[in-house]
Amino acid sequence: MQTQEITYREAIAAALQEEMRRDPKTLIMGEDIGPSGGPFKTCQGLYEEFGHARVRDTPIAETGFVGAALGLAITGYRPIVEIMFADFLGVCFDQIVNGIAKHRFMSGGQFAVPVTIRAIGGAGLRFGPQHSTTAESWFMSVPGLKIVCPSTPAEAYGMLKSAIRDDDPVLVLEHKALLSSKGHVPVGSEATQPLTGPRVLRPGRDATVVASLAMVPRALAAGEKLASEGIEAEIIDIRALRPMDLTPVFESVRRTNNLVTVEEQAKLGGWGAEVAAQVTSEAFDHLDSPPLRVGLPEYPVPYSPPLEDSVLPSPDAIAAAVKSLL
Amino acid sequence: MKAATRSKSPAAKKSPTPAPAGKGHNRAVPALDKAKRLALFQMMVRIREFEEQVQRSYLEGLVHGTTHLCQGQEGVAAGANLALADGDYVSYTYRGHGHCLARGMEMETAYAELFGRATGLCNGLGGSMHFTDIAKGLIGAAGIVGGGLPAAVGAGLSAQLNGKGQVSAVFFGDGSVNIGAFHESMNIAQVWRLPVIFICENNLYGEFTRINFTTPFEDLTERAKGYAMTAVQVDGNDVEAVYRATAEAAERARAGDGPTFIECKTYRHRGHSRTDPAKYRDPAEVEAWLARDPIPAHRAKLVKEGLLTQKEAERITEEAKAEVKAAADRAAAAPWPDPQQNFTAKMFA
Repeated sequence: MQTQEITYREAIAAALQEEMRRDPKTLIMGEDIGPSGGPFKTCQGLYEEFGHARVRDTPIAETGFVGAALGLAITGYRPIVEIMFADFLGVCFDQIVNGIAKHRFMSGGQFAVPVTIRAIGGAGLRFGPQHSTTAESWFMSVPGLKIVCPSTPAEAYGMLKSAIRDDDPVLVLEHKALLSSKGHVPVGSEATQPLTGPRVLRPGRDATVVASLAMVPRALAAGEKLASEGIEAEIIDIRALRPMDLTPVFESVRRTNNLVTVEEQAKLGGWGAEVAAQVTSEAFDHLDSPPLRVGLPEYPVPYSPPLEDSVLPSPDAIAAAVKSLL
Repeated sequence: MKAATRSKSPAAKKSPTPAPAGKGHNRAVPALDKAKRLALFQMMVRIREFEEQVQRSYLEGLVHGTTHLCQGQEGVAAGANLALADGDYVSYTYRGHGHCLARGMEMETAYAELFGRATGLCNGLGGSMHFTDIAKGLIGAAGIVGGGLPAAVGAGLSAQLNGKGQVSAVFFGDGSVNIGAFHESMNIAQVWRLPVIFICENNLYGEFTRINFTTPFEDLTERAKGYAMTAVQVDGNDVEAVYRATAEAAERARAGDGPTFIECKTYRHRGHSRTDPAKYRDPAEVEAWLARDPIPAHRAKLVKEGLLTQKEAERITEEAKAEVKAAADRAAAAPWPDPQQNFTAKMFA
């Protein structure tokens, strides 16, 4: 397949542009996404091509415009909303969990709710406690939502395209530390990515490491490091948090007999706990060690560079976690 | 506009004041013919009898959880809906049975929903607070105060983008005007000049608390000023006044002149929800408002003008009583939903 090497940020913009060309019922709403192209430039070029009707700068009012997406979706449109920082999902929590996630069910299934919510989250850019969350677990206990977390430009492109085409609400958690990362993307193609299922990125026999978002490149770096020491870790990108189909993880653990999860959030209530629980249920007899979760401490992401760096799991820390099991 | 003074005890509450007549914007709204004026009476009676039957069914154990009845507020639902067209979008709150009936919701499926039956409007999944009938433009209700307003704005944007002259009408109570979702919705609707009609049923009580304890004024058209939105205040118990105000707002919206806020002064005869005897209300206030019941008021007007006889009015009422009884009886005989059904298919398309 023909691919281009582009950034994660460009991949998002390309997916939006292509899907908005493909379906005239799509439109995007968000803060500063119009002529300015978005605070993180993920909407570059959209306003110029599609105009105000379909690329709408909103007031700073997440409850209002995210809730408006529900009204648009059930009356025939396919809205996309951008949440500038994933932390701001808290501002529109009710609209997402009580409105968007439940409206179809409450109606007895009378209509589809094709809403795509893109939220740019994550730490590493010194944005401090209110602008650095990944929000991965905030919505995990909400039936009615699909949640994906792309870690590469190709995933960002393909999963966003699938999310927009999907007839159900999809929360796409993007990561700001990945925006400038580069990768090969089948721009302009019909190649979408599934909204479910983990993906094995590096095969290995000694331990299974499951990571998400910006922890994926760190886990891959840990895998390189471990390989130089003769330890082969299998690195898996979890990709989708809801629904959570862990079949490839079970299959991996049955071979490696060890599990480490790496998430950029506090471990209590994190998705690593769910993975550990499911692996324990499904592959208990194959485990040689208790599942080990790597995550952030039980306090918000701090601002000061040495402090922020210290709370984010490093490749060394991930490698050490793997070695502690062997 | 009079600012409400904050009073400390229920007894010190200000006495009810008659609502002022509509202050419309002089849009030419065609006068209602006899058939429509009679239809307004009939619709209000049907809503009243529907709600009375809900109450009886509740006491019989057929309705579960809670319900929020709208007796006393039928003038708003009937009057406003008459001004709307097929293809318009309508949304409402948990006190929304009347709006849905005025829009043509079938009584039997409504009762079946209230009774939690498989044949219910929403297959028994939503209940009293979530009547939804997308084919009739009834896009649904949020059970959370103010929570449905943003979706109504989205439906308004949908209408604007469609360019077919549709409007989005949203009903909500005075309790909604202090929550963020209301303010964000009003602002977005105005800055985007969306064809949204905000219809506020000011029944003076947000749940169990009188408006003067929660809001700095009782005339809620004040709220619209902050958004530079056209605002109209009407007697919500005058069904024809509500019709005229809504028709004017709809005309403005369809012409691309943006949203309107309509405050309908009204009163709920019963408590907030089924367990609320509403003992917190001043008996003099209740009495004054019961005397201004929208149904006898409209009936008296029609009788006085020779459009309706007392006998015909009684016949209409008897017919409504028979209709609700028959619908409720049929619904009560309907089967329960199957717990083994595929709920994922109800949740995901």
